[in-house]
Amino acid sequence: MLISCPHCGPRDLAEFSYQGDATRIRPDPASTDAKAWYGYVYARPNPAGRHREFWQHAGGCRAHLLVVRDTLTHEIYEVTFARPLPGTGETA
Amino acid sequence: MVERATPLGTDFRPGSYGDIAGGVGVTLSAPPTGTIVEATAWPGRDKALATALGKAAGLTLQPAPGSGAFKEGKAAAFVIGPGRFLVSGKDEALSGRLTQAVDPQTGTATDLSHGRTALRIEGPAAEWVLAKLFALDFSQAAFPVSAGRATAHHDVFAQIQRTGESRFDLYVFRSLARAFSGVLRHAAEEAGYTIR
Ligand SMILES: [Zn+2]
Repeated sequence: MLISCPHCGPRDLAEFSYQGDATRIRPDPASTDAKAWYGYVYARPNPAGRHREFWQHAGGCRAHLLVVRDTLTHEIYEVTFARPLPGTGETA
Repeated sequence: MVERATPLGTDFRPGSYGDIAGGVGVTLSAPPTGTIVEATAWPGRDKALATALGKAAGLTLQPAPGSGAFKEGKAAAFVIGPGRFLVSGKDEALSGRLTQAVDPQTGTATDLSHGRTALRIEGPAAEWVLAKLFALDFSQAAFPVSAGRATAHHDVFAQIQRTGESRFDLYVFRSLARAFSGVLRHAAEEAGYTIR
């Protein structure tokens, strides 16, 4: 599997670390809504198909990335930086 | 003045090794690097950082991914990530010039002279030997002279700059340099290699 890092170009999977499900939305840290926290920490839809996930190019430029990957075929549809960079329209 | 000891140990000794009957495939060496500095720009300040580092090191630098520059025997620098550069040079005083050149509004510069080790591989089999270790395209079309790449061999991070048609400089963590130089020597064995 290759992931096309927006900084480095296509690189081997071995250079990347999975950083988790990118569809989760963290409740307000002050929230005491146990159900919302339970959902954030434990509940996963585990889709068979397209999935938004965080990866880090840990063995490369070390940027955090947002990857849209097909969990059935491992096809990568989209890779962007996880966090926008001011002024450039790009992200890192 | 404290003498800097080589982290490469007693195995990395000048001589000829491996299958050299058909000629010397590569030459390995540890070029003297008095300075190794990593610099990172604050968001949106990558051009200013490139200019400041370039001025201090006597190089023309761009923040473009994969780009780099070097002056033979003086200094070398390349992009290792978004807004991040690795700058090295023979002269120990370069480190001070670099850290002075990066003002707090532009970014940070960290002296890693004792934290990284430079290894040089040169010769007709250099691309071939490196291709055994890293999942990168080492052909000149994909990896031109002066360009740099940040990659890893298993868990050993390696930052690589091409400094000649058949020459690459590799920067690895000093604590892993001895083990990594062993891997490099092993990979070079069937090409035949010398250590200089
Ligand atoms: Zn990358």
